[in-house]
Amino acid sequence: MDGVGRSLVRYWRSALPLVIVLWSVSGAASGATTPDTVTPEPPSPPSNVAAEDRSNDAGGSVVISWTKSADDGGGKESVVEYLVLRSTSLAGEFQQIGSVRSGVAQFVDQNSIDGTPYFYMVRASDGVSLSLPEVSEAASSSAQWFHTGRTNILVAGALLSFLVLLFIRKAKRGEELYIRPIAGLEAVDEAVGRATEMGKPIMYVPGIMDMDDIQTIASMIILGRVARKAAEYETALLVPTSRSLVMSAAQETVKEAYLDAGRPDAFDADRIRYLTDDQFGYAAGVDGLMLREVPGAIFYMGAFYAESLILAETGHSTGAIQIAGTAMPSQLPFFVTACDYTLIGEELFAASAYLSKEPLLLGSLKGQDWGKAISIAILVGGVILVSFGMSKIVEWLTTR
Amino acid sequence: MSTNPGVWVAVIMTIGIFSFLYKDNPLYKFCEHLFVGISLGYYVALYWNNGVIPKLYIPLFRQHNYFYLIPGFLGILYFSRFVRKYAYLSRWPMAFVLGAGSGLSIPAILQARIIAQMRGTMSDTFTVSYVVMVIGVLATLSYFFFSREHKGFLKIASGIGIVYIMVGFGATFGYTVMARVSLLIGRAQFLLRDWLGIID
Repeated sequence: MDGVGRSLVRYWRSALPLVIVLWSVSGAASGATTPDTVTPEPPSPPSNVAAEDRSNDAGGSVVISWTKSADDGGGKESVVEYLVLRSTSLAGEFQQIGSVRSGVAQFVDQNSIDGTPYFYMVRASDGVSLSLPEVSEAASSSAQWFHTGRTNILVAGALLSFLVLLFIRKAKRGEELYIRPIAGLEAVDEAVGRATEMGKPIMYVPGIMDMDDIQTIASMIILGRVARKAAEYETALLVPTSRSLVMSAAQETVKEAYLDAGRPDAFDADRIRYLTDDQFGYAAGVDGLMLREVPGAIFYMGAFYAESLILAETGHSTGAIQIAGTAMPSQLPFFVTACDYTLIGEELFAASAYLSKEPLLLGSLKGQDWGKAISIAILVGGVILVSFGMSKIVEWLTTR
Repeated sequence: MSTNPGVWVAVIMTIGIFSFLYKDNPLYKFCEHLFVGISLGYYVALYWNNGVIPKLYIPLFRQHNYFYLIPGFLGILYFSRFVRKYAYLSRWPMAFVLGAGSGLSIPAILQARIIAQMRGTMSDTFTVSYVVMVIGVLATLSYFFFSREHKGFLKIASGIGIVYIMVGFGATFGYTVMARVSLLIGRAQFLLRDWLGIID
């Protein structure tokens, strides 16, 4: 804003209260949107009204702040609320956009148009009369590309990505990366073998979430392994799904596994079927399938909610060997109780690397382990530092 | 006893589903198929009215925002599964969903499940329960080390970790079972009060 503009704003800021008083007295404000009855003793006005774009947001928001009226928390203690009004020009009509109770000195206008300058007026109210108005300088909202309050996530993400890429590179170069045995996974082949011996099908339940859930993605990788074994042993594989996308992804995965096993003719797309998106409708459907198909082995891999115990208990009653894996902490206890083996939390994600031995997944797992080691080091260091009153690390870890 | 037909339908469905506790039977099969069918139809209508119409049809044909042609085109590719020759095209929208899903969830998980948890573990209140919590966090983390054999110190730490995990599971189990029992009580109240009218 140039010098002439600033002078004009200062002139209007000083003259506006007088103009508004004269306007209300003359009755010209009869069509205004706020009560303008000024009694002989209205509350003192707020001061230092300032407006600025809200930082670290996607735009559309302006923060208005002010110094409370002398009659708010002191003086006559008559203020009950502050009215916030907005206009695109100082001389234009100010429309009320909101109010806050006394004691509050900030308001966020969440309906601003990015790039449009707005003037904000704040008036104290005692429920009957209004104080003289105070007007801010012009302010406009804008979107920010980078959220400075989330720098910690960027640093953590970059570090983790670096470690994962580093170990993938090492794995691709042929470096041997060790993965400890995971009991539940050792049992996958055993379960498929047992179903084959009994002449019963295998059932694979991939959870109730869609393909945008990481657990469902991990589930599809394990399904590939189970399907390959099923193809090799010529055992039927049933995959009831609760999402159409999961059904398609499962069909693709199983088809590829059968192709790899040299049995594309044995692939039956109809055995990978969609039931319903409804959580308990799906549970009822899968329960019915379990009782009618009587599978010899049942796998529950993916994201589960309240249906977990219903499914696992029904599966248990059929006498099938059951292997579960989920990262849902509230459902793990039920799988631990009702299943023969359970992959706990991250074991589900480690399973895909363990089963496939692919350099990409092995390197990723190794990189994640290093990420955990760094987390433990930060935790130990942080706990010691905070115990001695040095809380900078806590501030850095606080995401706004 | 209730004379409301809606209550009678709900009672038949409730008893039908509960009959599964005895064994699979025609009434359960009827209720199961009805439940699956109705919920499927409901979701088709829900996706049409809450998805296709407001998120594709209105922006594209009423607001003339042609940017929506891209997701619309990706969605239509999904139907290529019905034509064997072009079925491979359905992998494109799937790849998009997988990529977008991973990309969106990784920063959110980093924030909610790693950084926020680490921050919550650091406290200047030095009490016995705080020490127990810190040991539990470190020991549990060590259990989830996959690229190193669990022997020596790591074996001890991961052993403590699995004890913490099981204690947590026990508490969650008890809590959730109580919540399920309250659901059962709700159904029993429906049968005894709304249907039979033998309790207030």
